Amino acid sequence: MERTERPQGLTRRQLLSRATAAGTAFVVGSGFVAAPNAAWAYETSHLDARALATLVQMARDIYPHDRIPDENYVAAVKGYDTTDAAPAIIAGLAALDAAARGKGFSSYLDMGWERDRVDILRGMEESAFFQQIRGGLVTGLYNQKAVWPIFGYEGESFSQGGYIDRGFDDINWL
Amino acid sequence: MAAPFDLNDDSVVVIIGTGAGGGTLANELAQKGIKVVALEAGGRYLPDDYINDEWESFGQLAWTDPRTTSGDWRVAKDFSGLPAWIVKAVGGTTTHWAGASLRFQEHEWKAATNYGAVQGANLLDWPIDAAEMDPWYAKAEEKMGVTRTGNRPGLPGNNNYKVFEAGAKALGYEKVHTGRMAIQTRDDGDRIPCQQTGFCFQGCKWGAKWSTAYTEVPAGEATGNLEVRERAHVARILHNEAGKVTGVEYFDADGNLQMQKARIACLAGNSFESPRLLLNSASSMFPDGLANSSGQVGRNYMRHMTGSVYAVFDKPVRMWRGTTMAGIVQDEARHDPSRGFVGGYELETLSLGIPFMAAFLDPGAWGREFTTALDGYENMAGMWIVGEDMPQETNRVTLNHDVTDQHGLPVANVHFSDHANDKAMRAHAYKQGMAMYEAVGATRVFPTPPYPSTHNLGTNRMSANARDGVVNRWGQTHDISNLFISDGSQFTTGAAENPTLTIVALAIRQADHIASEMAKGNV
Repeated sequence: MERTERPQGLTRRQLLSRATAAGTAFVVGSGFVAAPNAAWAYETSHLDARALATLVQMARDIYPHDRIPDENYVAAVKGYDTTDAAPAIIAGLAALDAAARGKGFSSYLDMGWERDRVDILRGMEESAFFQQIRGGLVTGLYNQKAVWPIFGYEGESFSQGGYIDRGFDDINWL
Repeated sequence: MAAPFDLNDDSVVVIIGTGAGGGTLANELAQKGIKVVALEAGGRYLPDDYINDEWESFGQLAWTDPRTTSGDWRVAKDFSGLPAWIVKAVGGTTTHWAGASLRFQEHEWKAATNYGAVQGANLLDWPIDAAEMDPWYAKAEEKMGVTRTGNRPGLPGNNNYKVFEAGAKALGYEKVHTGRMAIQTRDDGDRIPCQQTGFCFQGCKWGAKWSTAYTEVPAGEATGNLEVRERAHVARILHNEAGKVTGVEYFDADGNLQMQKARIACLAGNSFESPRLLLNSASSMFPDGLANSSGQVGRNYMRHMTGSVYAVFDKPVRMWRGTTMAGIVQDEARHDPSRGFVGGYELETLSLGIPFMAAFLDPGAWGREFTTALDGYENMAGMWIVGEDMPQETNRVTLNHDVTDQHGLPVANVHFSDHANDKAMRAHAYKQGMAMYEAVGATRVFPTPPYPSTHNLGTNRMSANARDGVVNRWGQTHDISNLFISDGSQFTTGAAENPTLTIVALAIRQADHIASEMAKGNV
């Protein structure tokens, strides 16, 4: 996902004035989710913004990497924001929120501790919804070239002549 | 250049598949002046085409036609439609293989004799032995340019190897080196030397690694005796009333059914597709499939006892840099039942990129236990375990009539369950692998389950007696004299070693035999 300096169709001021906080990580407006500092935004089409925010939180709880920014999780799940995919996602997220209410929270996003959210996910681990989201993330998240440097992974090296002169044997601590 | 042969030319040898077995056999026969039509299900990709990106390359090269799985192996749960990670392309899985080129050990040719009775195992001695194979191995090593054979030096050790070697030596292992690899190391051959690029599994963009795609196949085509038909998906092998093969039916690139007449057919489609084709070729004369009077077609499927060990350290390793598998410990490859199992295993360096590590480290796992492992990726070292697994009659490839491929043909179902010996060996190997890394300061270790199979063996096994197997000592089917098996499915037992060198050595030897039998008019 390209990092945008300014959310499309909205000025930073407009965005911040229309947005309400969702969870801890980002802001939700009518039809968009965005970084709290408005560094990026994604406009939703078939999922409402709160549903997408919940889905992104769920993705982060399944594969939590604290150094990966939200926009990469958004990129990993935005494929569900389509006519065909959205209804099943909305139903799955409703079950997630219902489970949260069963634990005394107003919604999944309202749960402050990861361990509480993970408890709910463990309870639905075998569901088709959970497996769809988890399975999709394996490629949706980890196959984004943008996240590779966060893991230190360098990707292809052929264009640079391989590592024969660039440290294939540079380990120095053994 | 590549001469096209007529569909009605019944003097040609038809070879099905162009990988280690088929590609080598095609070139060897062509060099002897024998006319060959090679039918390859995949397209042709060369080093310029290979993609150094794990999933994109997988999409380009992997055999992803439908297959089904059963049995208690974890692959059947985590990758139910993908029992193997093998290739559909000219060159077959020699595009994807790592290059490890090891001879069988002498005792491994006679597993039944040397291991004795193992309950539940369908062990059998090969009808050939180390002495007979020695010259053919030497030819294969020369052809492939295997390091540490002839006068070829080893590859230099990369970061992953250095950690592996230090751990191995700390445990007292002695047979530790950068492997016997079919990878060019010097600027004195036909191939560019290894540039330590990584991505050996995605096709070597330098062409440093031996692959039939750019060695055997073009060399055969240059004789004018070999025609390779790409995207030719074989459906059935035909025979006459005398029970001899007369031709091969295949779907061409446009999906049209064609029939190539043949004097001889050689099947080299890997241990899933070769038995599947024999079974799909059943006729009124051979109702159980071709060459199946023993009932052994599809049985005794072996995939090597495998697994991986990854470890995270407090400092960077960057294991992905350099040759993927240039590192080996051979001390555990011996047969020593005091360890609690028969046969042995090799430990070999291995690395996956982040996309595949996420998919294969612990399939299905999630949460912080999993993600903190990936967070340690830059500080990770890795090894692969490859050991001899026990042939079992019930581990087998059968036809799944409920699922058909794009041509409407029943697909292969691959049934596999570990033998107790496999489990005992894996447990030992995990323990040793983890100890190696802990000896050099690993802060966390991961005994990683087997990936979808890359070494697929044994489903048309070689036997002295026709009742025990599918082919004789030449890979010629016991039942049909002009039908040969030329791939790893002819393996009687799997040994501990990566199989490609043995497949190539058997193919060179088989080519000599076929040429000799043709000259004598026997086939």
